[in-house]
Amino acid sequence: MNNEELKQKTLTILPAAEMVENKQFLSFNIPSDGFYKFAKSLKESDDTSFDFLFCLTGMDYGDSLGVVYHLASTKYGHEIVLKVKAGDRENPAIDTVSDIWRTAEFHEREVFDLFGIKFNHHPDLRRIFLEENWQGHPLRKDYIDEVNIVER
Amino acid sequence: MGVKIKSMKNEDFRDNETLELFKETDGNIFLTTIDDILNWGRSNSVWPLTFATSCCGIEMMAAGAARHDFARFGIEVYRASPRQADVIVVAGTIVNKMAPVLKRLYDQMSEPKYVIAMGSCAISGGPFFYNSYHVIKGVDNLIPVDVYVPGCPPRPESLLYGVMQLQRKIKAESFLKHQFNRNTITNE
Repeated sequence: MNNEELKQKTLTILPAAEMVENKQFLSFNIPSDGFYKFAKSLKESDDTSFDFLFCLTGMDYGDSLGVVYHLASTKYGHEIVLKVKAGDRENPAIDTVSDIWRTAEFHEREVFDLFGIKFNHHPDLRRIFLEENWQGHPLRKDYIDEVNIVER
Repeated sequence: MGVKIKSMKNEDFRDNETLELFKETDGNIFLTTIDDILNWGRSNSVWPLTFATSCCGIEMMAAGAARHDFARFGIEVYRASPRQADVIVVAGTIVNKMAPVLKRLYDQMSEPKYVIAMGSCAISGGPFFYNSYHVIKGVDNLIPVDVYVPGCPPRPESLLYGVMQLQRKIKAESFLKHQFNRNTITNE
């Protein structure tokens, strides 16, 4: 599928998706409630067949947090980017996609570790890099560590 | 290509006498002569531990490989076990999670043991000094360091120079006297 066909396909499956213009990849803002079903249909339907999640990124937008998913199809070679907001800063949560793409299991643990975004129904949501008793989430913009961080 | 970087002259290498001044003779010619022989042997077979945590490790491998070949100076063979190693070259960033591992490796090495802090990360945290929550800002916070080799990463020549400084330091030690003193203290 080329990008134009992918765009039409996306908007027919999920009309609430809004396209982000002028990006390297075809990008969509996806509302978080319909996200899991949408991701599953992208993986499973035969004409899209997005079988490869090649990047999963946590984001701190200031007022909210979010996750960006880069998907590719090894069968067709097309790519798509999904941007999902995770709600407010106190209680950010998104449905896990680790049962759709197994690689997301570790990536979601990393995002949970560094941004504190919870992934609903994740099989094993623990910290992956930092110690279990670590306080806070260091990649958040408002993270303060007076002991280790030297301000310039 | 107008820049010409001067290399260090051979006679300048021993110009600095501070290290040799460490050596106290105490007038015991017998012990110091044996010391000289022991130190000649020890300083010319310093075995490093296979330990590298980032890009400085690549330079350390280059220093050990055919072009620079620090086996010429007796820093001979990389040991995979800390129990057989004499020197640990801390080549790279030490993060908080690596710190207990480095400490354990150092503790497992047998005396006498030496530490070379290679590169700015090992010396002070380097580029991670500001705004980082995860890096040990200088391995001298964890273990005693004998030689600091600055650079990011240092060229293999710098590491060779650092190793030769360590050899000077070993030659200035009195190994036997140290053993003697320790034995008399434990006997009392």
